[in-house]
Amino acid sequence: MIRLTHEPIDTQAVLAAVRTPRAGAVVLFLGTTREWTGPRQTMSLDYECYPTMAHKTLEELATQAGQRWELTGCAIVHRLGPVPLGEASVAVAVSSPHRAAAFGAGQWLIDTLKETVPIWKRETWQDGTTEWVHPGLESGESKPKSSQNG
Amino acid sequence: MTLSVQLFALARDLAGGSPLVIPWTAGRTVADLRQALVIAAPNLTLILPACVLAVNSTYATDATVIPEGAEVACIPPVSGG
Repeated sequence: MIRLTHEPIDTQAVLAAVRTPRAGAVVLFLGTTREWTGPRQTMSLDYECYPTMAHKTLEELATQAGQRWELTGCAIVHRLGPVPLGEASVAVAVSSPHRAAAFGAGQWLIDTLKETVPIWKRETWQDGTTEWVHPGLESGESKPKSSQNG
Repeated sequence: MTLSVQLFALARDLAGGSPLVIPWTAGRTVADLRQALVIAAPNLTLILPACVLAVNSTYATDATVIPEGAEVACIPPVSGG
């Protein structure tokens, strides 16, 4: 299951997509929309994507994960449009015969998704200003702390 | 001929919309496209060095020759997840 959706993510459906009697482990990761980034308060988050390429890139990630780990299932769903605070913007689920592969693949998938898939989020801050998040870009306060000293 | 370039997020806002249709001649590269983009939309200077260009939904390098009829997009640093 690879899906880009404007609807809330149905986590039970994501889990059902990877569950199989051949699996001994299922790992589900949810990325959820966070209210606080340091001292700044987010009022809402919006996501947009480059649809054809985002879907293709997600498919490629699932294929690569299946080549690197012994998996019995892999599902990635990313939400688009406005996502209320605290809700899931992304779900990654993997299943495997043993848990190490599921944990490894799940972590690699979300890390690589965040680096390579053409999806963007826009913060609407508490003061009403909006800001696209472009990690590493010299754009003042939108720059994440983790990349400032890189 | 012209080339239609899709832009996203801050790149689209800086360019004033998407797609950006720019004058183009066949056989030119992504590096040529970068120059053409800043001529067409000077504000893109602020973000273009951080962008990757995609040709037919695949990340391209500056040396990539853009095929005729290709779908081209300007991809600013991504922030999904």
